[in-house]
Amino acid sequence: MSNNGIISFSGGCFIAETATTVGKKERQGPMNGWFDASEEDEYFGQSTFEQAESEMVHRNLQLLFTKANLQEDTVGAVLGGDLVNQCTGTSFGITGHKIPFIGLYGACSTIAEGLLLGASLVSGGLLPSAVALASSHFCTAERQYRFPPEYGNQRPPTAQNTVTGAGAFLLTHEDTGVRVSDGVLGMIVDGGITDANNMGAAMAPAAADTILRYFDHSGRSLADFDAIVTGDLGQEGLELTDELLQKCGLDIAPKHMDCGVLIYDAKKQDMHAGGSGCGCLASVLGGYFYRRLRRGELKRILAIGTGALLSANSALQKLSIPSVAHAVCIENVCNTQ
Amino acid sequence: MDTNAYKKYVESRAKRSPVLRNCIRAFWVGGALCCVGQGLNRLYQWAGLSEKHAGLCVSVTLIFLAGLFTGIGWFDKLAKYAGAGTLVPITGFANSVAAPAVDAKSEGYVTGVAAKMFTIAGPVIVYGSVSSILYGVIYYFFLL
Repeated sequence: MSNNGIISFSGGCFIAETATTVGKKERQGPMNGWFDASEEDEYFGQSTFEQAESEMVHRNLQLLFTKANLQEDTVGAVLGGDLVNQCTGTSFGITGHKIPFIGLYGACSTIAEGLLLGASLVSGGLLPSAVALASSHFCTAERQYRFPPEYGNQRPPTAQNTVTGAGAFLLTHEDTGVRVSDGVLGMIVDGGITDANNMGAAMAPAAADTILRYFDHSGRSLADFDAIVTGDLGQEGLELTDELLQKCGLDIAPKHMDCGVLIYDAKKQDMHAGGSGCGCLASVLGGYFYRRLRRGELKRILAIGTGALLSANSALQKLSIPSVAHAVCIENVCNTQ
Repeated sequence: MDTNAYKKYVESRAKRSPVLRNCIRAFWVGGALCCVGQGLNRLYQWAGLSEKHAGLCVSVTLIFLAGLFTGIGWFDKLAKYAGAGTLVPITGFANSVAAPAVDAKSEGYVTGVAAKMFTIAGPVIVYGSVSSILYGVIYYFFLL
């Protein structure tokens, strides 16, 4: 057995429902209408930004259970994470829910990591159902990685804006028509980029490596897909990934969409290279792409979560940014549309 | 593509900041701030303060206004537009102290506000003080 990272969920894993909650700026963007809930107040009615993120996670999980008409004590496990130190955004949000919890950290690739692991547990018959979730909040990320939100500065055009948003996916063994069929576990790739204001460039080699590995070993070709969806490469990373893959003879550009580019109107909202953060892929995949898959408007997509695995200290120590990209293939398996 | 070639390629294709536009904005906002300062200076002198005291009061007023604007969330929006126009005058320094102070309130007044107040401005104070000592020593031995 080679270690190309391909895993196939032959035992069967389906998405039963998703829930997405976003902040004000995300609601003002072009994806408005595809999210389930939004909140005007960046504090989500709490007293700190960290509590705000946890409140968002909590509300979004409740929303998932309401939408799926499900008692939470029937859920096998919650797998999720965020960007706040020690993943407290998620764990504090899950506190009070009586569900087994597995905390994950894969930076902005967390939702793809959660879907892969959740699908493994469900497809393997170890759990009847699982919830994969991820979140990020602009203010918790800013104060942890960069400056206090009130600090006045200008950012370069390659910088990205952390999305305030959360997405949760309910995975089950029962056939719901939308299937998580296979995927690739990402490898850590370090392109040597040290500029924390150019995450797209840091993550592009990891995304390209994962996509290439998928098409080399999964037995599927690009023609089988309606869209190749990356999480938060932003405009810079999207172009770089396409160029890197073109050099390897794979032209994904006509089908390549990036949630970081989709979520904001970069010009109107002055978002530079686009959105980033765990909540970026989680909310756009759970809102826009899941709904279009369910309606049959998309038959099959490859969703790739890309994570820049830096810390505030590693950035100050001028270390390069290792990145990881996990890919999940999601398809509509209904015969009738 | 090896790491070095990739790094160089990324740097060469990255969009540059619009320097000319940023300079024009910094010039007019920074200039306007200086005019406000000068206006305040005249006002204070007209009100009867000496030139020295009027200058001091101008600094205090601008620091107060920058702190106030930081607290009510206006400063970062203005600075995003003006860049160096708000950073270079005393307003930038005031914002760099007020912003972490406001932000760290959730961690308490001692371990938050007081401890984190100088995370951005600290280096300016440390190296500013060190260089003034060095200059003082040079001045004492060679120029006095």
